[in-house]
Amino acid sequence: MASKDGKIKELRTEGITKRFPGIVACDSIDLSVGENEILALVGENGAGKTTLMNMLMGLYQPDEGRIFINDRPVQFKSPHDAFAAGIGMVHQHFMLVPNMTVAENVALGFAESHRPFRLDIGAVKRRIADISNRYGLPVQPDAYVWQLSVGEQQRVELIKTLCFGARFLILDEPTSALTPQETDELIALLRRMAADMSIIFISHKLAEVTALSDKVAILRRGHVVFKGSTQEQTAASLAALMTGHEVVLPRNACAAGCDEERLVVKSLTVRSDRGFPALDGLSFSVRAGEILGLAGVSGNGQRELAEALAGLRKIEKGNVSLMGTKLTNRSPREIIDAGLGYIPEDRNTEGIIPSFSVKENLILKDFASPAYARGIFIRAKAEEQNAVALQERFDIRCSSLNGAAGSLSGGNIQKVILARELARSPKVLVAVYPTRGLDMGAEEFIHTRLLELRTHGTAIFLISEELDELTNLCDRIAVIFKGKILETLAGPEATRSKLGLLMAGIKPETEEAASGPSSPTTEARS
Amino acid sequence: MKTSARVIYIAIVSIVAALAAVGIGAIVLTLLGADVFQTYKVILTEPLKDLFGITEVLVRAVPLILVALGIAISFRSGILNIGAEGQIQMGILAAAAVAIALPNLPKVVLVPLCLLAGAAGGAAWASIAGYLRARLGVNEILSTVMLNYIAAQLYGYLLRGPMIDPAELQTGSGTPQSVRLPKSAWIDRIIPGTRLHWGIALAVVLAALIYILMWHTTWGFKMRAAGASAKATRYAGIKVETCLLSAMVLAGAFAGLAGAVEVMAVHRRAIEGISSGYGFSGIVVALFGGLHPAGILPAAVFFGILLVGTDMTQRIMAIPANMVSVLQGAVILSIISAKMVIGDPYAREKFERRLSRIAHRRAKNEPDSGVGQ
Amino acid sequence: MTVANIILNILSIGIPFSVSLLLASLGEMFNQRAGVFNLGCEGIMSMGAFLGFMSAYYLQNTAMAPYANLIGILMAAAAGVLLGLLFAVVTVTFRAPQGIAGIGLQMLGTGTAGTLFRHFVGGVAGVPGLANRPIPLLSKIPYIGPVLFNMNILAYAAFLFVPASWYILYKTPWGLKVRAVGTAPRSADTMAIDVRRTRYQALAVGGLLAGVAGAYLSLGQAKMFADDIVAGRGFIAVALVYFGHWDPWWILGGSLLFSVAQSLQLSIQVLGISFPYEFAVMLPYVLVILVLSFSRSSSVRGPAELGVPYDREKRI
Repeated sequence: MASKDGKIKELRTEGITKRFPGIVACDSIDLSVGENEILALVGENGAGKTTLMNMLMGLYQPDEGRIFINDRPVQFKSPHDAFAAGIGMVHQHFMLVPNMTVAENVALGFAESHRPFRLDIGAVKRRIADISNRYGLPVQPDAYVWQLSVGEQQRVELIKTLCFGARFLILDEPTSALTPQETDELIALLRRMAADMSIIFISHKLAEVTALSDKVAILRRGHVVFKGSTQEQTAASLAALMTGHEVVLPRNACAAGCDEERLVVKSLTVRSDRGFPALDGLSFSVRAGEILGLAGVSGNGQRELAEALAGLRKIEKGNVSLMGTKLTNRSPREIIDAGLGYIPEDRNTEGIIPSFSVKENLILKDFASPAYARGIFIRAKAEEQNAVALQERFDIRCSSLNGAAGSLSGGNIQKVILARELARSPKVLVAVYPTRGLDMGAEEFIHTRLLELRTHGTAIFLISEELDELTNLCDRIAVIFKGKILETLAGPEATRSKLGLLMAGIKPETEEAASGPSSPTTEARS
Repeated sequence: MKTSARVIYIAIVSIVAALAAVGIGAIVLTLLGADVFQTYKVILTEPLKDLFGITEVLVRAVPLILVALGIAISFRSGILNIGAEGQIQMGILAAAAVAIALPNLPKVVLVPLCLLAGAAGGAAWASIAGYLRARLGVNEILSTVMLNYIAAQLYGYLLRGPMIDPAELQTGSGTPQSVRLPKSAWIDRIIPGTRLHWGIALAVVLAALIYILMWHTTWGFKMRAAGASAKATRYAGIKVETCLLSAMVLAGAFAGLAGAVEVMAVHRRAIEGISSGYGFSGIVVALFGGLHPAGILPAAVFFGILLVGTDMTQRIMAIPANMVSVLQGAVILSIISAKMVIGDPYAREKFERRLSRIAHRRAKNEPDSGVGQ
Repeated sequence: MTVANIILNILSIGIPFSVSLLLASLGEMFNQRAGVFNLGCEGIMSMGAFLGFMSAYYLQNTAMAPYANLIGILMAAAAGVLLGLLFAVVTVTFRAPQGIAGIGLQMLGTGTAGTLFRHFVGGVAGVPGLANRPIPLLSKIPYIGPVLFNMNILAYAAFLFVPASWYILYKTPWGLKVRAVGTAPRSADTMAIDVRRTRYQALAVGGLLAGVAGAYLSLGQAKMFADDIVAGRGFIAVALVYFGHWDPWWILGGSLLFSVAQSLQLSIQVLGISFPYEFAVMLPYVLVILVLSFSRSSSVRGPAELGVPYDREKRI
């Protein structure tokens, strides 16, 4: 094993295999990263990238294969071993304890501070100051994590791993929650750090891959399908290698439909769980036959807006109406009956009941209607016929319609939800991060259906964090910042840089930061 | 191969779990200095040796079935009713009160009326916890347990005070019991010379009805959905709070009904100790029966055997009847552990792979008959 | 009787009464902070009460008599640790639902205690138990002296444990781990903290304290044993920790409050007020329901993953 101060000159895996019930997540993976190199690990969701990295971190044990550091084989039975070997990871979903301070979070893994009957928090703070100065990452050790912004939390994650003595850095989708400007800063930072250590980063954003990495490895369904130097690739060639074929995501080409305003939201004020206003006078409207997108860094009120529209969060002020029917603070049932379709953010816990059968999930909103019930008795035959028809129409792949819906793949679960909602011919469809965590094939399917729906005159409200998805599909894109719509751009005008600025709260005309305590861009300058 | 491996897995886990429960009981029995094997033999076989024993088992099974049906409904709907003990007592009081107040009604009217009163009493008591959970999010395990203690005090107070048998006051013995119920409120015995009564028919019919209700009606669909995933159910437009409250009220009604049946069919007067643990035994029966009426019926019979059996060990072998709580606790712990292990896809896969490796190795060994590998 | 005298009277009964609930609640605090709630606390307390009593009863006329109480407390502690670990196996290793598991453990513990008592003793029997040791100078302070400083040694230890548990929870590495494991177990896991081991440890500590709490009931308070001696304190402890915001000082206040309510039945008799004693007995349980109904616990402060079993292999 590499000595405590020794540099990790090379990290190599040979034949790494990992199985989960019913699926081989990683299949005989060979990879290597040399001194001061940045390797990008690319692949669709479910390709096995995170699983592989978790094995390098000691969270999972490989079923087969070996890991070599500086040519010596190593075994990581737990994260402890990985730390000792000098490997540090910044996870996509931050691994912090929200109700502890930054210093306490670092102290958890900082063994030197663990004295027999006393926690030496002073030693922790000294170490934090040390690292913070060395790499130019300012943090406040006594701040509680739940008070920090997403960008600040990521900085804490980085500092944490460096404090534990990481000499090899793994980053899992580091820019997924950042604005384009914060992304650029992070890329610059990582370049600086590559002078000291090697880095692996996982990303599905091909522009970043080409900007930052020296080498790139592409995973598809658990196999390495390509390994090579990034110089020789373009984003398009990488995309083709990723999916195995030319994927062209459908684009919204034709002009928007009529002027009928289907969903009108005016001056919405909604509180968050903590009691602060999550939405502060938010207004927008969606017309028939149009897709309105909502862009924004997560945490600016999207979740609360989605819940308010579904009838699951109290609207303090303002109102919502669907084709003239007032929906403000109505029950979810009434909202559903008024013609609102809804694709929720978390398909497993909000969209389906995992232990119920696929059949039952397909009539989850209609089981009491005359179509599926005679009096109080459920009409099993109607339930069955409906399921068969929808499976056909939406290409739902499952071993049996009577099987638990939770055992389906992510893409198929989303198809079940989509099938159920679309079968009800909604007047307005709200889709919240509909393609999150799905592979490109499923994404293509959903995008095609959404565009189809649009042509048939449904008004669609799409909340998404993927700028590409928004620019491909939407007629107009609104940007949410701190609970208000900062600006709404028409499709052709919505460029990546404009959207990026708006998402950070900066209105291009006036060049003034929108109201808010700290803008991430200004803070990082130190 | 796949299905048979699964069956073997389930069988092995179940056997280990059963042995664990038996083992825990055996530890306590050893501390008592009792003959473990003999004790279990008496518990499991003695009750079935004669007709009276068998009818006693069924007599015990009736309240167990009723309570367990209610608990199955509540558990499946996502609300844990631990308050059956107190709800039974409220049912006893309500049924007895109605019977004593209206002794002159014809039997065909009074019996259903008293049963309804019992159900209503249990339902009302349960609705407190149900309301607290639905409206205020109060943990229902804690509230129902507290309500059990409160109910016990209320029960004692009423039987020592307003509802006491005037004869007790005269003789001055002060036993907390009510007047004997009028004959028109009695549920008749089926086999003379035994205590087996028509309540068993009621229990079986209700079991069938509950099956239909939970799995073939829209009402049951809603309730099961609320219990399976409250979040998704809310998004589907179903009011989860209403489901929780109804489930709790229905569970209380069943427990209250059990109390009413017991007082009308077995004891024929309200006394202390009628509920005697049925509220908790019912939970074990429900879990053992897989929270399904088809499983609850045989499970109730099995636990009826346990209850009668441990009574007998008290008489025959001087082993205290509390032993039944020990066994019930051990059974609960083993069942829920076994359920988790059976439902764990990783453990099952690992087992299947090990099994196939053993089978593979054996197939390789056979033709060589011992010649070195 | 002056108001001051009445209050002092109530406190002098209520404060020693609170020791058992306090110890059990502090133990449960460690459990819940680590993310597990143990309703079996009631059963562990029963076993602790029985073992404490049994040792004193058995050894009272032997040469070991002077050590009888100590042995009783140690046995109760040991049994508590064992039962806590049993609970850990079911809820942490097998990840079974904690509510039902707790009820199962409660039945097991209370049933075993009752069975063994009925077999070995069978009737009403008293033991000398722990003697009161007044603290030399402090117990002479007018009014509060006799109330606060004339208790048995276990009681003093219990009250001293309140600041000690505050220190353990907030100022030691183990306390930090316990808090992390109950709030963000996945994060703790990635920082090489053994989530399973920490939860086992917390449940063992909780069991130990619950066992000793039970021993206090039989040795320090009632000086006898009966089936219903615990009377729901174990359940009240679980509720108390929850609305005590998992903080030792709030828990101290809460246990005093409930114990005063529980001791009111005795106070009423002493003070000669005529009131159906059943309602006085009901009071603490009603109080629990009332407090549960009106407390809003912010999840920011407490263990966010309370009640959720941790599964490392679960794909997020």
